[in-house]
Amino acid sequence: MSDSKAGKWTRRGFITAGVVAGGALAVGVAVRPGRRAGDLAQHVAAEAETLVNTWVKIGTDNVVTAIVPHSEMGQGAQTALAQMLADELDADWNLVQFLEAPAEDAYANYAVGRGFILGDTFYPEWLEPTVEGAFLQVTKALHLQITGGSASVRATGLHGMRVAGAAAREMLVRAAADAWQVPASEIVTKDSTLIHQSSGRSAPYAEFAAAAAEFVPPSLPKLKTYDQFRIMGKHVPRIDIPGKVDGSTKFGIDVSLPDMKYAALIAAPVLGAKLKSVDTAAAEAMPGVFKVVKLDDAVAVVADGWWQAKQATAQLQPRWSATPADESSSETIFAAFENDLDRAVKNGDEEDDRRIGDARGALGSARRVIEATYRVPYLAHACMEPMNATVSLKGGECEVWLGSQNPLGTKHAVADALGIDAAQVKVNNHPMGGGFGRRATDDVPVQAALIAQASGVPVKLIWSREEDMTHDHYRPAVVSKFKAGFDDGDNVIAWENQFNDKHEPKEAPWIPYAVPNQFVHFVESATHVRFGPWRSVDHSQHGFFTEGFFDEVAFAAHKDPYALRRELLEDRPRHRAVLDLAAEKARWNQERPEGSGRGIALQESFGSIVATVADVTVTEGKVKINRVVCAVDCGFAVAPDGLAAQMESGILYGLTAALYGEISIHKGAVVQTNFHDYPMVRMDESPPIEVHIINSGAVMGGGGEPGTPGIAPALANAIFDATGYRVRELPVSKHDFNFRIEETEEPKRAPITLPEMGA
Amino acid sequence: MIEIRINGEVRQIDVDPATPLLWVLRENLGLTGTKYGCGIAQCGACTVHLNGAAIRSCITPVSAVLGADVTTIEGVGLNGERHPVQQAWIEEQVPQCGYCQSGQVMSAVALLAANPSPDDAAIDAAMSGNLCRCGMYGRIRRAIKRVSQPVAEPISEPAAVSIYEPSIAGLKEVKHV
Repeated sequence: MSDSKAGKWTRRGFITAGVVAGGALAVGVAVRPGRRAGDLAQHVAAEAETLVNTWVKIGTDNVVTAIVPHSEMGQGAQTALAQMLADELDADWNLVQFLEAPAEDAYANYAVGRGFILGDTFYPEWLEPTVEGAFLQVTKALHLQITGGSASVRATGLHGMRVAGAAAREMLVRAAADAWQVPASEIVTKDSTLIHQSSGRSAPYAEFAAAAAEFVPPSLPKLKTYDQFRIMGKHVPRIDIPGKVDGSTKFGIDVSLPDMKYAALIAAPVLGAKLKSVDTAAAEAMPGVFKVVKLDDAVAVVADGWWQAKQATAQLQPRWSATPADESSSETIFAAFENDLDRAVKNGDEEDDRRIGDARGALGSARRVIEATYRVPYLAHACMEPMNATVSLKGGECEVWLGSQNPLGTKHAVADALGIDAAQVKVNNHPMGGGFGRRATDDVPVQAALIAQASGVPVKLIWSREEDMTHDHYRPAVVSKFKAGFDDGDNVIAWENQFNDKHEPKEAPWIPYAVPNQFVHFVESATHVRFGPWRSVDHSQHGFFTEGFFDEVAFAAHKDPYALRRELLEDRPRHRAVLDLAAEKARWNQERPEGSGRGIALQESFGSIVATVADVTVTEGKVKINRVVCAVDCGFAVAPDGLAAQMESGILYGLTAALYGEISIHKGAVVQTNFHDYPMVRMDESPPIEVHIINSGAVMGGGGEPGTPGIAPALANAIFDATGYRVRELPVSKHDFNFRIEETEEPKRAPITLPEMGA
Repeated sequence: MIEIRINGEVRQIDVDPATPLLWVLRENLGLTGTKYGCGIAQCGACTVHLNGAAIRSCITPVSAVLGADVTTIEGVGLNGERHPVQQAWIEEQVPQCGYCQSGQVMSAVALLAANPSPDDAAIDAAMSGNLCRCGMYGRIRRAIKRVSQPVAEPISEPAAVSIYEPSIAGLKEVKHV
């Protein structure tokens, strides 16, 4: 309380410190990053308020404890973030531990904020002085904690963990300098030890932890430069892995409460339809059934076991209200998309996305123009852990257990649904069995809360895989149309691109290439199919569109697709270096056997640049992916193996989508129901993936999503290289490759000389 | 009352004999390491051993395992130590979200028990029933080869991660992770 010290809001954030029980030093940093997803911003008290909070404690036993505020869905962010903190602190990595918060405080920044607001005590005890002191002013805004946007390392890590570590280190140095009566500049730190070489003195951090807490924290602690990193950039085993090989990790679906019952449900097949009526008698007569709960757009059965609940849902014959979408299908939706696109051009009311030069004028005067229409279907996330949430309501208080990318959004959505104050809702976040954007939405915990409320008992709601597949927030289907114009010298002088709907990130449809005239525009095309963020968001569609069509541009210009990309990246050395490295490692110029081909794609997303080369063979109508090579520049790889794992994972996620992914609509409802009709790449089809990392020293980018966008275009371009057949619509599995390759247009890919690396 | 033998222990449960073993394990016996993924034997997240062979517990009625030995991820370790397959999973840093990994480990343990030195085709055949949405198949393959006997067979997919640091002279390879 009185012994907590606070700096002030600075460019880097709000730093506070205090001495806690037993003389440990605690340093907290609250940071406010830039923009965030619009629909999440409502949960913050005011724009530009706190998003992320970081804590570090240096105990009297010299153990450094890090609290990492991002939830874990397998991206390894928690380990990388601890590396960032420990490095700036010059901590001995062997003495760094994580606060393994019990389930009820799983995510400390959230718990700390709520703990303060409610005056209860489920933040860790050692945080108490700083919480009740300096953080008085900022905890009110501490609600929001989202895991998404590949943001953990580049936002929380850069602005939070590193600053906390550096601030704590500076304070320890000052405390030692005072005690030893030597200039602070003469003290060096290493492995959690303070050293003054000329006097031969040294002391563990713990010795000065209490004294350090007496200082006002530096408002702008000096951060290390890349060459000074000791722990960042090294391979460190991920902390969450041991619990995932012996079944002990508790996902949301594994939560168990005393007296808990289980719920299964069936929701209206057509999104937007409401429950009209249902005869519950047959279901209620089933063994173990406790109650049937009618929701606005679903019917749930609550039973002693989930299997019993699921069996009983089969006895329900609910009637749903009619909706305007009852006759819609994938065909009508795509036809409406095309119609919207054409009408916008005809009426001249295109929504501008990007204009460089005069593309329409250049197309008008071009010697040659090529056109193509691309499209992708809706996609489900299909997280391995089916959607679930467990809710207990007691005495006006609501407690929720789940794995969420947006626990604060859950808190508010549940409070709204129950008509209670958000302060009465406690969310216990668990590791997620896949997130990919699906677990940033709140439909499932809201249903679980309503079912628990109607049942009067704690309820664990688990969606069947069939519900999960048919009631996702889907990656939007999109049609994208292109035109490119060439001058007499086959130079591409114009690029026009039009597509349906624009979400995030805004730069997703923009190409990095120096085409002098560009016009990118879109139309709004509403459908009844609800959508949500899907790993890499708009990049996943536009990466396929723009990099696929750019390959067509290269072919039309009689240029090697790698060479033309390279030529038009003269002003973007980082892009060029990534492209060159991928091409070199993929042996781009090596001869391809008959029926084989290579395709290349380049995509910058979430601050990281990725080049992907796919090597395929098309034989007997089947596409076999022989190898995928990927080069990535995310500025600096804090956890190189973790980044490689994310690239491998992002590529496989994108490959499954490119080869097989299709959610189709029939009579307003989703057709696919489970993994038998929404297939995935399995072990026997999984290609070797090579990842090559460039530490360029640029501002750090994200890792969780940038691997995904490049594989679909690399694959489509490789298929063209192998066969001359251009895949403009995904999934690849819809195409018939049982043609004779010699009947197709001969691909023209002149061998080129690979450039000197870095030239 | 039904009596079943799980991880070497006899357990009595009061449950409809038609209930899939998966839900008995998770809800009646608290063994939540075995996961629900699809309910139709398409994903392998629910894989357990029945007398040492990998089966999908989501479609196996509990009545079908009476008198048999069922082993789950919680019981696959040896004398309280991790099974070598589990250790290899850590060494190769296999899991990401981890949800499918109990099933992956159980399939791999069964494979290696039946075939101590599986080649790529044998690994494909044994492991393609287990989906990994995080796409860690390459690491799973390497982890299996790490345990196979003899280890002599070259590993087909090395952890190909190189790091380059740009300098004025261009990119140079600095290390392999």
